[in-house]
Amino acid sequence: MAAVGTADRPLRVAIIGAGPTGFYAADHLLRSATTVEIDLYDRLPTPFGLVRGGVAPDHQKIKAVTAAFDKVAAHPRFRFFGNVELGKHVTVDDLRRHYHQVVYCTGAQTDRRMGVPGEDLSGSHPATEFVAWYNGHPDYRDLTFDLSVERAAVVGVGNVAVDVARILCRTPDELAQTDIADHALEALRRSRIKEVYLLGRRGPAQAAFTNPEIKELGELADTDITVPAAEAALDDASRASLERTNDRATMKKVEIIRTYADRARTERSRALVLRFLVSPAEVVGDDAGRVTGLELVRNTLVPTTTGTLQAKPTGEHEVLPVGLVFRSVGYRGVPLPGVPFNESWAVILNEKGRVLDPDTKQPLVGEFTAGWIKRGPTGVIGTNKPDAAETVQCMLEDTAAGRLLTPAEPAADAAERLVRERQPQWFSYADWLKVNETEVAKGRAGGRPRVKLTRVDEMLAVAGR
Amino acid sequence: MTIATILAKKGGHVFTVRPDQTIREALAILAERNVGALVVMASAGPPVGILSERDIVRRLVRDEQAFTMKVSELMSKPVISGVPQDDLASAAVTMTEKRIRHLPILDGERLVGVISIGDIVKAQRDEYQGEVETLETQLIEEGRGKVIKH
Ligand SMILES: Cc1cc2nc3c(=O)[nH]c(=O)nc-3n(C[C@H](O)[C@H](O)[C@H](O)COP(=O)(O)OP(=O)(O)OC[C@H]3O[C@@H](n4cnc5c(N)ncnc54)[C@H](O)[C@@H]3O)c2cc1C
Repeated sequence: MAAVGTADRPLRVAIIGAGPTGFYAADHLLRSATTVEIDLYDRLPTPFGLVRGGVAPDHQKIKAVTAAFDKVAAHPRFRFFGNVELGKHVTVDDLRRHYHQVVYCTGAQTDRRMGVPGEDLSGSHPATEFVAWYNGHPDYRDLTFDLSVERAAVVGVGNVAVDVARILCRTPDELAQTDIADHALEALRRSRIKEVYLLGRRGPAQAAFTNPEIKELGELADTDITVPAAEAALDDASRASLERTNDRATMKKVEIIRTYADRARTERSRALVLRFLVSPAEVVGDDAGRVTGLELVRNTLVPTTTGTLQAKPTGEHEVLPVGLVFRSVGYRGVPLPGVPFNESWAVILNEKGRVLDPDTKQPLVGEFTAGWIKRGPTGVIGTNKPDAAETVQCMLEDTAAGRLLTPAEPAADAAERLVRERQPQWFSYADWLKVNETEVAKGRAGGRPRVKLTRVDEMLAVAGR
Repeated sequence: MTIATILAKKGGHVFTVRPDQTIREALAILAERNVGALVVMASAGPPVGILSERDIVRRLVRDEQAFTMKVSELMSKPVISGVPQDDLASAAVTMTEKRIRHLPILDGERLVGVISIGDIVKAQRDEYQGEVETLETQLIEEGRGKVIKH
């Protein structure tokens, strides 16, 4: 019999998760010298993961990466099985019966908690849910957020926190030019929010947001930005640390933040207040269990052995009167049924992308991982490309060495039969392209990039199912 | 980026040796595990030293008896260690300044991993490459927007 990975006997690979990582992995595999057949699964009918459901609607340019993914999808040895969830419609054992290799690229599906009292009061939300809601993720489209309050706090100073604050501060006119979900556009039109606080537990030099993002906050149409001068100032330890690592980008960031210090209010209707060196201590509520404030504790910075500055609470407290709290302190991976998980870092247990047996710490034959579920929720979209390349290299090495699963039903038809049987409403890439076309056409009428379909039923109808 | 990101894809391996083991035994572990250094752990408490292949080679060239020496005689100490929340940049500078190639990572008293200067360089390169990749996409799109407008 021909070797696996040749035209007569292609290497059969299942990729789970059609986010950027899944597509980068597919691309690397299809460009290799090995003949590979790929089935890309996603629990949603729509591909692209967080590029559709995470990246902010007013950041359309970055969404252009999907053009490269469309090219991958057009490859004759590529298939998309959308609306098919691992753990619900198919199991790891099913995949072992049909493929030589499986790659888990399922991203980080939940958020990290702050771990403070009052976190679950009504009006306190994970940023993940708000983001998924305004981006029209079908699982989150029916959530409600009380935008009748005047003040909101966003805990965290990463790019996601900045996205949330910016969306809260944009005018309806600004938002109406984006592909924000219609239900969110309507709700935000009626928003009475006047003040948004963005809270960092360390100083300006340690904030995770990047320079273009923080600059953009100073350029909003109807929002003034400000930061207390004392908190914008660079402390001695941070200055020494920046000089030591010669970190130009961060020096620039501190400079940008300094231009916002103690800025006076103008006639703009909203204010965005950056705060540094504060951590949430408690979400405060009224008798009805509704958020009325956020108690903060002030921090100082203390260096670790290697010189990283960490926040340490001082014991000095204040209460910020807010009616809404969004926590944005990190995304978190969730375990997949039947796949070893590393609880310490909330990732699939792996070494360079090879999934490990939890007992022996040796690689499991034929199981791999890439992207956020492999290394944690860090980096930009493009970071997943070298990450997927590292995993694909392991996959190709194992293929060359013959370390592969031995599927009982390796034919491509057999896998499709399985999908049809388990999920008659599965979505092909052609189905998605129909949805895409409908969305873009609807958008064109209103001068928007697209109007998203946010219900699986609507998508099925458009695809003629 | 923090050290945790590097540890996440290292599978939780930490290779250790006891201070009373011989250099010969330590070499066997280094060879078998294909690593450059071992963390020296007594029965309890934090690491007591770190033993790198360099420490051994340097001694062996002038002293063939080194094979039978105890790990505790050749290991480097005190141990400089990091925590998972450390920034890559701070860790890299510390390792360069102190001329160390391996940094044990402690979570409280628990040893959760060891990272090498090579790991940091690779992580920084991947981060940079990812940013370039993303910027390129944005620039291409911006360019396309202009062409359409004109
Ligand atoms: C709010 C937000 C904004 C961001 N903005 C930017 C930005 O502006 N620029 C930038 O460069 N990066 C941005 N990022 C980062 C970028 O989105 C990530 O780096 C990238 O999406 C991670 O890719 P991934 O493929 O690993 O995971 P994801 O994109 O999360 O994709 C995972 C996919 O797996 C699917 N899946 C999960 N579980 C299962 C299962 N059991 N069965 C089948 N399928 C499953 C999911 O439906 C999803 O489609 C942002 C991230 C967030 C959260």
